[in-house]
Amino acid sequence: MSTGQTLLVATDVSRHFGGLKAVEGVSITLNRGELHAVIGTNGAGKSTLINVLSGEIAVTSGRVTLLGHDATHWTQPRRARAGLGRSYQRNTIFPHFTVFENCRLAAQALKPRVWDWWTPAARCTVSSEGARRAIERTGLAAFAQRPAGALSHGQKRQLEIAMCLATEPQVLLLDEPLAGMGAEETERMLALLSDLKAGHAVLLIEHDMDAVFRVADRITVMVNGRVIASGTPAAVRASAEVQVAYLGEDNAADEAADQAADGSAKLEADVEAGIDADFAS
Amino acid sequence: MTTTTAIVDPTRIAPIDEVRDVMDDARAPDGGADPRIQWFKAVPVVIAFALLAAFPAIGSPFYVDLAGKIMIYAIFAMSLELLVGHTGLVSFGHAAFFGIGAYAAALITAQVDAASLELVALVALIASGLFALVVGALSLRTKGVYFIMITLAFAQMAFFVAHDTPLGGGSDGIYLYYKPALAFFGTTLVDFEKGRALYFATLFFLVATFAFLAVLMRSRYGRALAGIKANEQRMRAAGYATYPYKLGAFVIGAMIASLAGVLFAMKDGVVNPELMVWNQSGVVLIMIILGGLGHLRGAMLGALMFTLLQELYQSEAVFGSFAKHWPLMLGLTIIVFVATMPRGLIGLFDRRSAR
Repeated sequence: MSTGQTLLVATDVSRHFGGLKAVEGVSITLNRGELHAVIGTNGAGKSTLINVLSGEIAVTSGRVTLLGHDATHWTQPRRARAGLGRSYQRNTIFPHFTVFENCRLAAQALKPRVWDWWTPAARCTVSSEGARRAIERTGLAAFAQRPAGALSHGQKRQLEIAMCLATEPQVLLLDEPLAGMGAEETERMLALLSDLKAGHAVLLIEHDMDAVFRVADRITVMVNGRVIASGTPAAVRASAEVQVAYLGEDNAADEAADQAADGSAKLEADVEAGIDADFAS
Repeated sequence: MTTTTAIVDPTRIAPIDEVRDVMDDARAPDGGADPRIQWFKAVPVVIAFALLAAFPAIGSPFYVDLAGKIMIYAIFAMSLELLVGHTGLVSFGHAAFFGIGAYAAALITAQVDAASLELVALVALIASGLFALVVGALSLRTKGVYFIMITLAFAQMAFFVAHDTPLGGGSDGIYLYYKPALAFFGTTLVDFEKGRALYFATLFFLVATFAFLAVLMRSRYGRALAGIKANEQRMRAAGYATYPYKLGAFVIGAMIASLAGVLFAMKDGVVNPELMVWNQSGVVLIMIILGGLGHLRGAMLGALMFTLLQELYQSEAVFGSFAKHWPLMLGLTIIVFVATMPRGLIGLFDRRSAR
């Protein structure tokens, strides 16, 4: 469990859909104890990258190494059992099951015992314990018996993470866990992310730049499927290429000055303008 | 279904009715996880089984025969419920497995007079299981409407084997001159030619099928199948290799259907390709939809209601010469049922039931 241990390495990974190069030559390293954020405009290939790393879709070329094993051709379930957990941008909970059962079912994947048709699943101690831990860690204990579909949006996002944790992963790939959350819920989720990174290697996709710069140890910036910058938050913030990609060439200089003046400037609104500028240029 | 998708849409706040629906569903045996509230749901089922056991003592032969037929269809319907209602696999070729069971009984009995039921059942289970393994292995590589089409195509292949090869005896089918008997080491334990033995054997299989599937569905395997129905993508992300799970369910469902087919052949004393024709697969689908998907009790209720309606509309005593148009009346009734009871018949008795 030593911090800094490399858990997932993607080397020169590409994924093409016909002529569209959704992900092109991306290399990324995830270490335990580190939160590695991937940012980029809409359509930059961030979600495709998570899909490729988690095995949901195959790579066109490149190599994925998970915990020292070449996992490039492993199926998604095999990668999951090896210790790779992911959450989805869109909620993918089981809305008709209770919060507890959502997590218990996820945890059951660790010890499926499919041949035991007699013992009720509810009496499975391994999965019940796993579910209980995941629910407590994500602060959903008060809602354990509530149907997942009846949770608030923010709680559903927490449940996504809880289901992910219930499988006891070592690598977490989180696809926009903060999407659509209120300020208070965002704070709670950020605290959880900081807590999680101690024992896990975390890859975070997020549009909320404030949040990213607060919690990330490393940031990779993607544009049109390629990595244009990767490094510490300070280095990425200072990168001229990133500013051009995000803000357009005209705005970059002004914005750099603003950034210096106000460290917590929120870029999100500018991202949209940046896309337009990108297309215009 | 619209309710479900609406609830998970993050951009929309669910009205309280929908929230209540979801909460009710979570408490339902097939949707929830709390076993403590399930016992009382078994009470009407136990009473129904007891009534079926007492029925031959009071019912006329016609109605006892009808009850036997309904029980066979109830077994058949429950076997499909495992696939459609519980695992989310809409198979449109389930009659093939029913037919394989029926033909296994007929073919073995024709060769060895009064074959043993154990042998017949074993052959039916193996034949249907192997066929399901092949059909499932190929069809489960597809999803949705393609899965429906491929299962239908395989069932039609089975139909043509029965209809157009020397093996199946053509469109006239095969007669069973002797019913298989339950025998061990040459000693006949149960002779199904006599009295109500077959009726009680059917009841036994009905109870056994219900108990087996109910236990299976609460097991880890059963919960995983329910998870696959709810969200297969998430199950794969959690580490479940979902393909073998679904294939297992497909084979189990097929084997149970084949047992229903064996019983049907024994009861009627004749099998013909009509048992495997595609509208038979449709009939059993309608049964479980009519009864209420997601519930074994719904599957049994649907089999009961469908068969009774069919008997009623076919009755010339009630409808005179119009009875020959029974499919029209049956079709209209089903449309009314489905339109007014989206949760199926089970929804009438069980307010908390899921879709």
